[in-house]
Amino acid sequence: MKVKEILTEKEGKKLFLLGNEAAVRGALEGGVSLVSTYPGTPSSEIGNVFYQIAKDAGVYFEFSSNEKVALEVSAAASASGLRSFVFMKHVGLNVAADSFMSTVYTGVKGGMIILSADDPSMHSSQNEQDNRIMARLAGIPLLEPSNPQEVKDLMKFGFELSEKYAIPVLMRTTTRISHMRGIVNLGEIVKGKAKGVFKKNRNQYMVTPAFVVKMRKDLMDKLGKIEKDVNKSTLNKIINNGGKKLGIITSGSAYNYAIDAVTENNLKVNILKLAFTYPFPEKLILDFINRVDDLLVVEEVEPVMEKECLAIVGKHHLNTKIYGKLNGTLPRIYEYNPDIITSGLEKITNKTLKKKDILSTKLPLPIRPPVLCPGCPHRGTYFALKKALKKLKLNEEDIIYSSDIGCYALGSESPYEMADFCISMGSSLGIGCGFAKATNQKVISFIGDSTFFHAGMPGLVNAVHNKNNLLLVIMDNRITGMTGGQTNPGTPIDGMGNPAPEISIEGIARGSGASFVKTVDPFDLKETEEIFKEALQSEGVAVVITKHPCAMLTDAQNRKKGINIKYTVNQENCSKCLICIKKFTCPAMFVKKDGSVNINPLLCDGCGVCVQVCPKKAIEVKK
Amino acid sequence: MKNIYKVQMIGIGGQGTIKASTIIGEAAMKKGLKVVMSEVHGMAQRGGTVVTEFKIGEADSPLIEEGTADLMIAFEPSEALRAINKVNKNSFVIVNSSPIVPFTVSLGMSEYPELSVILEELKTKINHLFIVDAQKMAKEAGNIISENMVLLGAATAVPNFPVSKDLIIQSMKENLPPKSLEINLKAFERGYSQIKDCQIKI
Repeated sequence: MKVKEILTEKEGKKLFLLGNEAAVRGALEGGVSLVSTYPGTPSSEIGNVFYQIAKDAGVYFEFSSNEKVALEVSAAASASGLRSFVFMKHVGLNVAADSFMSTVYTGVKGGMIILSADDPSMHSSQNEQDNRIMARLAGIPLLEPSNPQEVKDLMKFGFELSEKYAIPVLMRTTTRISHMRGIVNLGEIVKGKAKGVFKKNRNQYMVTPAFVVKMRKDLMDKLGKIEKDVNKSTLNKIINNGGKKLGIITSGSAYNYAIDAVTENNLKVNILKLAFTYPFPEKLILDFINRVDDLLVVEEVEPVMEKECLAIVGKHHLNTKIYGKLNGTLPRIYEYNPDIITSGLEKITNKTLKKKDILSTKLPLPIRPPVLCPGCPHRGTYFALKKALKKLKLNEEDIIYSSDIGCYALGSESPYEMADFCISMGSSLGIGCGFAKATNQKVISFIGDSTFFHAGMPGLVNAVHNKNNLLLVIMDNRITGMTGGQTNPGTPIDGMGNPAPEISIEGIARGSGASFVKTVDPFDLKETEEIFKEALQSEGVAVVITKHPCAMLTDAQNRKKGINIKYTVNQENCSKCLICIKKFTCPAMFVKKDGSVNINPLLCDGCGVCVQVCPKKAIEVKK
Repeated sequence: MKNIYKVQMIGIGGQGTIKASTIIGEAAMKKGLKVVMSEVHGMAQRGGTVVTEFKIGEADSPLIEEGTADLMIAFEPSEALRAINKVNKNSFVIVNSSPIVPFTVSLGMSEYPELSVILEELKTKINHLFIVDAQKMAKEAGNIISENMVLLGAATAVPNFPVSKDLIIQSMKENLPPKSLEINLKAFERGYSQIKDCQIKI
């Protein structure tokens, strides 16, 4: 399948789509006009697809500078009567939370869907937060698809629901839904309005105390009405396998594991599969509980529905036993899989369901942590900075490396070990400011271009204004790298693929009043080292911008141009000092069992920076 | 019990595991079968282990129960051992014989067993093991990067593989750039013939 087919294929056709791709098709079938995001795994591919098709689809799409801005852009579009779609990873909703909560109060005019891609088991995230709790905190209707087809269908439904009650709708996916591929039956694409009109109404859109008191009550009224819809909704269905001893209530990805475990083990268990899950449908749940003796709640990742079921059982003085996370039937944390559900069912039924010999090995297996790519410009930055610190005789123990969210978090790995602290987008600066005041240690903060625009700028202003002494390294690789290479305010292209003003990081740094601001190409190791030495000796906030395009960008350009340079080690010149392996550590370089240093041509990206690292000039272009 | 065919793929980021999986999935869809697949993206993009799992047939979760995969395609020998819990001794296992040694081994932070030791370990545990020198075959076909298509070809030739060779080739044509198709098809054929020829000996 080609990405364009998500837009061009007609109603009635089937495509094998990723959950994230299905979200795009669903938005298009739902007549979306405006789409905004800040990239974050596992939601990133939604944006990557819109980036490629928005122009042809006649939809406005942008990579906003952060999730809060993205949500606000979509909220304004909805207030203007357009259908809008904003999506982000689960922690992105924390960044957007202030406006998220208020948008639920103000309500919307055109349908608005906010998609949160949660990441149980934290495949690529800093926490495991379950944004179904955010839905409850905000009071926003919640949809939980279980597969790509449902993602697509619920997008369409979500727009209608949103307009019916003039409220935004939250769709919660998890990694295993966002990154699940399945067959999707396509519907018709509906072209959204190009422009809307905003009709002034302070009563609705000004969240000042004078108006919000009423909004609060209106919200509760809406939720009461929506709960009646949820109780009757055909999106929630019972899969009747006969038997009435045990029933399962489940949603999202967890449903897939539950149904497969029940089917594989031929169990007579009824399942209530919820897709429209908040407001929690008390009547529907009660009816289901009355059909079965005991109940198992299968959900990822907090015991959210389980607690609500317990409340319903308590409120109605029922004797139903509820199995789930809280009584230890299922694990309290991390994502599930069919085996985990089978183990839980074994505990409940007191029967052994699995009779399998599980193969294992005692051989040691190599560790493969995610690494900076071959050709990554950050490697040069770390290498040069390490050398500068050594020349200035600065001790590693006396330095605090405050890092940030992005590829440079990988700088914590050996041999660089230049990331000691990182908690959230933009935190390198706030945390750096705190350490600069609280200790006498030297603070070095690392942040990328996209993360700097996202949440680093307020930290920089804070650092200068509060007279901190720190070195800020802005690793500008001209792209939002870790999420797969999206544009950001520093790139000369916008989310529509059109030329756009390139925001100057150096200009911002100078504007903030930083005492030292210099830009350098980290592929020039010597020059980079010299500038770091200068910066480390300057007082106040020193900003060094190490600017070189991400290897993903240069690799793609080289492929297009047919450039295919590889490097190799001239074994006669190599002294096996292993500086390249131990200090530079490019994943393309390795030591053979005979002790010789080699470069894997499959991995080498031809950047040639290793040539500068070798004291014996033993690395050369492969002929 | 429903008839479900389960495939586990494991490799290193950049080897094209997801592409190979998608080609199989779309071919299954063409045949009118239900198919669900799970991919891991994100931080594993380069250098890390990449896993795709899928079920062809009446299943809802793409995640495979331990010990039940019908077929495993390991794009790298040590990775076959990493996912060995997913297969059983009667599963078909295709393993690429070219090791990719991570930097942690060069730095002395972890160990990479001798290739012969890894393959021996697999042989003792798996009855239907096919060792494929995908790197060599891809090189012969014209581009070392086509390793994934050699392994896809090998998989297609495995007994009971639920999708025909024709449908896989059709799916390749729809998923690969036209200019590299010829090399990729050559690579595919090489992998396919190796397994077809092996089976005569079984």
